[in-house]
Amino acid sequence: MTGPQGLAIDATTVAQRDELEVLLLREMIRIRRFEERCVELYSRESIRGFLHLAVGEEACAVGVMQALSPDDAIVATYREHGHALARGISMRATLAELEGKVEGCSRGRGGSMHLFDASTRFFGGNAIVAGGLPVAVGLALADHLRGRHRVTACFFGDGAVAEGEFHEAMNLAALWHLPVLFCCENNLYAMGTALEFTESETDLSLKAASYRMASWEVDGMDVLAVREAARQASDAVRSGGGPHFLEMRTYRFRSHSMYDPDRYRDKSEIERWKLRDPIGQLTTQLMSRGVLVSADLEGIEADVAAEIQDAVDFAAAGTDEPIEELERFVTSPPAPRDRP
Amino acid sequence: MSVITYREAVRQAIREALISDDRVFVMGEDVGHYGGTYAVTLGLLEEFGPERIRDTPLSESGFVGAGIGAALGGMRPIVEVMTVNFSLLALDQIMNNAASLLYMSGGQLNVPLVIRMATGAGRQVAAQHSHSLEGWYAHIPGLRVLAPATIDDARRMLAPALEDPDPVLIFEHAMLYGTEGEPSQDAVDLTSAAIRRAGDDVTIVAYGGTLRTALGAAQVLAAEGIDAQVVDLRILRPLDTATIVGAVAHTHRAVVVDEGWRSGSLSAEVASRITEEAFYDLDAPVARVCSAEVPMPYAKHLEDEVMPQVDDVVAAVRAMGA
Repeated sequence: MTGPQGLAIDATTVAQRDELEVLLLREMIRIRRFEERCVELYSRESIRGFLHLAVGEEACAVGVMQALSPDDAIVATYREHGHALARGISMRATLAELEGKVEGCSRGRGGSMHLFDASTRFFGGNAIVAGGLPVAVGLALADHLRGRHRVTACFFGDGAVAEGEFHEAMNLAALWHLPVLFCCENNLYAMGTALEFTESETDLSLKAASYRMASWEVDGMDVLAVREAARQASDAVRSGGGPHFLEMRTYRFRSHSMYDPDRYRDKSEIERWKLRDPIGQLTTQLMSRGVLVSADLEGIEADVAAEIQDAVDFAAAGTDEPIEELERFVTSPPAPRDRP
Repeated sequence: MSVITYREAVRQAIREALISDDRVFVMGEDVGHYGGTYAVTLGLLEEFGPERIRDTPLSESGFVGAGIGAALGGMRPIVEVMTVNFSLLALDQIMNNAASLLYMSGGQLNVPLVIRMATGAGRQVAAQHSHSLEGWYAHIPGLRVLAPATIDDARRMLAPALEDPDPVLIFEHAMLYGTEGEPSQDAVDLTSAAIRRAGDDVTIVAYGGTLRTALGAAQVLAAEGIDAQVVDLRILRPLDTATIVGAVAHTHRAVVVDEGWRSGSLSAEVASRITEEAFYDLDAPVARVCSAEVPMPYAKHLEDEVMPQVDDVVAAVRAMGA
């Protein structure tokens, strides 16, 4: 099965469609500018550890999240700032987490790679490649057993398909007909090694097909296409159609992490992909249709800049978790009967 | 209550949990149609159906991870892993997710998951089905690790384990499934070690499969006029240090029996705690009786030689001059 070719979004009127497209653009700009600011904060050593940016891949996070409901669950990877923001975790809590503050969405315990938020059903932030897939299967199994019509969207990269856990999870989800939306962000590189050097079969949708799972390929640089594919796929999953596999073909403009010297790909390849920048493409489209004028774009940028500055100030004013709490949450607080 | 086997005790505990809480389900290899590798779940598929007694493919990481996800989603899964050797295929999920999620998420995500697995040697199944690796799991913060050695614990530990909001691993020594006893009606705790035999001359610390060895040694020693006290650890993490130290303070001598390998083992941890906290109570250095440091051989006489035997424990006690 292949994905939808045309745009047939559920926004019925032209005005609604325009409004939706501007929203998608705004969300992508939020993520892009946020991550650009993170680079600065990293240089100033406010953020440390690993920092994996998704600059260039924003359409995947935004397109999928816009297709989900608040009841749905998300399992993400270590490159998940965009997923967290697009899902609705506040920029304040996200940045405070990156700066290791107790006001962060994981109390500063997780950092960039481990963003969590129970209130938006955002289950991480998993930094073991493919480690989140079995967990997503389990979340979906719980929904299945309780008769809840919810979707678990599980993000992972192309590198994950080489892991055994990918195949175990795909098989389980298909075998048990569970409501999982597998969202593969194929950016062509597993850290610094290209897909062609690691996979005997580089057409990832064939792997899904081998589990008799509906698979959709979509241009991951086109947020409208992603959003529409995710909407149709998640509708199918929600209504009992079994797991679906969405391969989003995308590209990371920046290095794997702040440590990566990016020796493994041609600068010209990066420049070629930048021509398909999801933000640039949608901006051009909206402006050429007259939906957006320069002033609107400036307005969006100003709003986003203000939100980021607010988050930066919030994180800077954040507090360190008291050392006395170091061992808190290793296990749950003692229950009266069973704990010493 | 009538006399039942350890296997029946575990089955009764699972059945009781399935009846009393509809969030509970069982998942693992051959738990359904086969009836459980050790026949623990025999008959449960017929009674509870395939949704709640769920046969899985041979995907340890996949179904243990699914258990974690189901626990996050509000269920109370009992995941059975066939043997501890196979659990290494799921170690990523157990360590990086089950044990870490609560902490990594700043206290937001509990994983109320129970994982049961068989452990231990004695059946001539050689080097990939016989090891006692529970000590590795006892190394990991965020897990509670149980080793029921008695019919009572086999019958009663599961209910509080399912009430625990955090992941609990239960290690059942494969040689215990056929042992018999009469379970009491009383609830058990998941915090304390138990004194299984009172004695004044030496403390033998054991758990799981080695409890029988320790009690057997105590019997032999009694005939020689040596009165051994036997401590059953029951909970391998968190260790009940107070009971161990209290017992040693009473007898002034201690032998730790562990079917795991000596180096970096649970027995090393117990011995260290005794030396750290009861050093001045000791009349002799702490002794250990562990498995020989080899991958488990198949031949019967070699396997016997590897495992801690009653005679080994008796010899260790004699050597202390008790």
